[in-house]
Amino acid sequence: MTSATSRSDTNSGAPNPASPSTMGARPKPAPPAGTPVRVTGAQSLVRSLESVGAEVVFGIPGGTILPAYDPLLDSTKVRHVLVRHEQGAGHAATGYAQATGKVGVCMATSGPGATNLVTPLADANMDSVPVVAITGQQSRSLIGTDAFQEADICGITMPVTKHNFLVTEPADIPRTIAEAFHLASTGRPGPVLVDIPKDVLQETTSFAWPPEMRLPGYRPTLRPHGKQVREAAKLITNARRPVLYVGGGVIKAQASQQLLELAELTGIPVVTTLMARGAFPDSHRQHLGMPGMHGSVAAVAAMQRADLLIALGTRFDDRVTGQLSSFAPDATVVHADIDPAEISKNRKADVPIVGDCAEIITELIAAVRAEHDEPDLTAWWTQVSSWRDDFPPGYEWPDDGTLSPQYVIERIGQLVGPDAVYTAGVGQHQMWAAQFVNYEKPMSWINSGGLGTMGFAVPAAMGAKFGQPDKQVWAIDGDGCFQMTNQELATCAIEGAPIKVAVINNGNLGMVRQWQNLFYSERYSNTDLGTHKHRIPDFTLLAEALGCAGLRCETKEDVDKVIQRAMEINDRPVVIDFVVGKDAQVWPMVAAGTGNDEIMAARGIRPLFDDDEVSIEPVEAAAEASQAQGEAR
Amino acid sequence: MTNHTLSVLVENVPGVLARVSGLFSRRGFNIESLAVGPTENPEVSRMTIVVAVEELPLEQVTKQLNKLVNVIKIVELEKASAVQRELLLVKVRADATVRSQVLETVQLFRAKVVDVSPEALTVEATGTSDKIGALLRMLEPYGVRELVQSGMVAVGRGARSITATSAR
Repeated sequence: MTSATSRSDTNSGAPNPASPSTMGARPKPAPPAGTPVRVTGAQSLVRSLESVGAEVVFGIPGGTILPAYDPLLDSTKVRHVLVRHEQGAGHAATGYAQATGKVGVCMATSGPGATNLVTPLADANMDSVPVVAITGQQSRSLIGTDAFQEADICGITMPVTKHNFLVTEPADIPRTIAEAFHLASTGRPGPVLVDIPKDVLQETTSFAWPPEMRLPGYRPTLRPHGKQVREAAKLITNARRPVLYVGGGVIKAQASQQLLELAELTGIPVVTTLMARGAFPDSHRQHLGMPGMHGSVAAVAAMQRADLLIALGTRFDDRVTGQLSSFAPDATVVHADIDPAEISKNRKADVPIVGDCAEIITELIAAVRAEHDEPDLTAWWTQVSSWRDDFPPGYEWPDDGTLSPQYVIERIGQLVGPDAVYTAGVGQHQMWAAQFVNYEKPMSWINSGGLGTMGFAVPAAMGAKFGQPDKQVWAIDGDGCFQMTNQELATCAIEGAPIKVAVINNGNLGMVRQWQNLFYSERYSNTDLGTHKHRIPDFTLLAEALGCAGLRCETKEDVDKVIQRAMEINDRPVVIDFVVGKDAQVWPMVAAGTGNDEIMAARGIRPLFDDDEVSIEPVEAAAEASQAQGEAR
Repeated sequence: MTNHTLSVLVENVPGVLARVSGLFSRRGFNIESLAVGPTENPEVSRMTIVVAVEELPLEQVTKQLNKLVNVIKIVELEKASAVQRELLLVKVRADATVRSQVLETVQLFRAKVVDVSPEALTVEATGTSDKIGALLRMLEPYGVRELVQSGMVAVGRGARSITATSAR
């Protein structure tokens, strides 16, 4: 274990993330609400952000957005956090939104600034995160002339945002900002981009709040249809083998309490998807774990054998269903979601319910109470419990004596506890963080589920820390992911966001390597990053250089000590280089393209679900899945 | 696969056509024809989109279209209960020896000659795609020099209007 040695004290005066910057603030008397005042477009933008309740903006200034940064300097309500890369700004806004339930805001200049936001916007779009991105654009007269730093960002982000706007008149700024925040945060949340030409920011206009929104085509359905709810309640009370299949929509709708009530009322087993970890307490006896490609055997098996799936705020993603044609073959499907386009998109819903999950579950509880039948789930629980008992989540300690990555992550979860916020990158460490950390509360687990964006963890943790300054925020990251976005640690150090980063350093692109091990005859093409072999970069030195404390842990004995040490350091971010074995694999696993019945509990261990009695049949994992090819990130 | 005709009311704002056509291409749906123009309300444009899909994907098409913020309303117009029209302009080789025969065909289809030169006639025809197809088959033997066709436009039969409640 190496710990931080020397470091200057320049960060000790870093402002608290919660308190807005007061630099250069000169309070102005506020005019009465609704009265138009003369301002520049830029002032109108900043006033609009203040009025809509934005507290933190992550961004980087540049040529075309410069006018907006001038009034931003005077704002006492909006704190701007200067990041090191626009991708960091976007993921920080996402992390902030996921940790708080509020809209995350990021800002960038035109051209490359804006295109650097594309990945985080696509990420937020796939995971339905409310984010508003504000970008500068070349002046109106220059649009379409290939001007310096011009990019058609509205055209570019059209497929990866919920909606976007090009503001062509300064008078439209307040209304557009109001609409952007409304669109981002209501219905199925998502990212909205507002592109503002430089001359629109410079022109004089009038500002009045609140503006009148004009969205004739936007009417999300919130209240569920009563008849559908009653139909679902009938199915629930008559089912013999039901499963509550819970997705991220339950967290977005802040419906965890209602879910707990419904689950306890009905006694139905619960599975929580990668996006829904924490929506239902892991410690609850009805919780079976995560479904899907790396889900628990109990969760996957219960869905496969279910006669009723009650899908709440979830979208039957291919990583959950496996081969669609063999997914939950006997199940009747109740599908509740706020987005009608998700219903019957992948799996046909027998009872579709469109609405907000909080309202749906509340009405479901009442409807179930009104039913006369009491479901008898004794036999079902006997079966489900046997799967859970026979195939508990677990891992083997590496043969070569190296540190087990699962053990590290498990200990972080145990020592840090359920009150913290955890973020992850994408890959093996992400799956282990989903499997081996116990989540008890919603908004405590933040990851890139849909897009699978490597490098998500550090900037998302930064955003989460600004949203939840009083909570411990841990980024569980991989050595591959960490090298994509660690520059934001400089932001964290300077702006006062003392996050913890646990780099699960196996020296490789671990998940890709796992697939090469299983499906490509152990031919390890371009997955060795050299972070073991050459110790390049040395993560502790890198951490120090970025103004963080750098710790290293290479043995089992040191794991607890290092985690404790990291928890004691609160005046700057901490990076722990956990040097772990490269051969650990993520299990259970359903190979891509195969059905969920083919789940392998561990290498060579395939639970058979043909009989009621669970038996174990050793098979060759690689041979089984040799047909499976696909994306491995 | 069968053709379905969708009448889509959209906000008359820049980029709305790109949003709609982009949605079709990225979701892998095929557009057979698309026509767009103003309506009685200057803030609303109307698209008539013909898609060749089965019932289930059609449901996805309409749901995904409905998610576009600028889309106000979508109505599927059934062939039996809607008037559907396409416009054709076709330049046919017609010198003195065959001109009268070409003109006879044009009259049979109640089409119009809109331009004439010593070697060719330009014919304008409106109708269903069946009628337009039949006319073209009749004119082909004379030699089609050039043709241009509009997308289909359609409106439901009867007094009811799909635009009446759309723009609030």
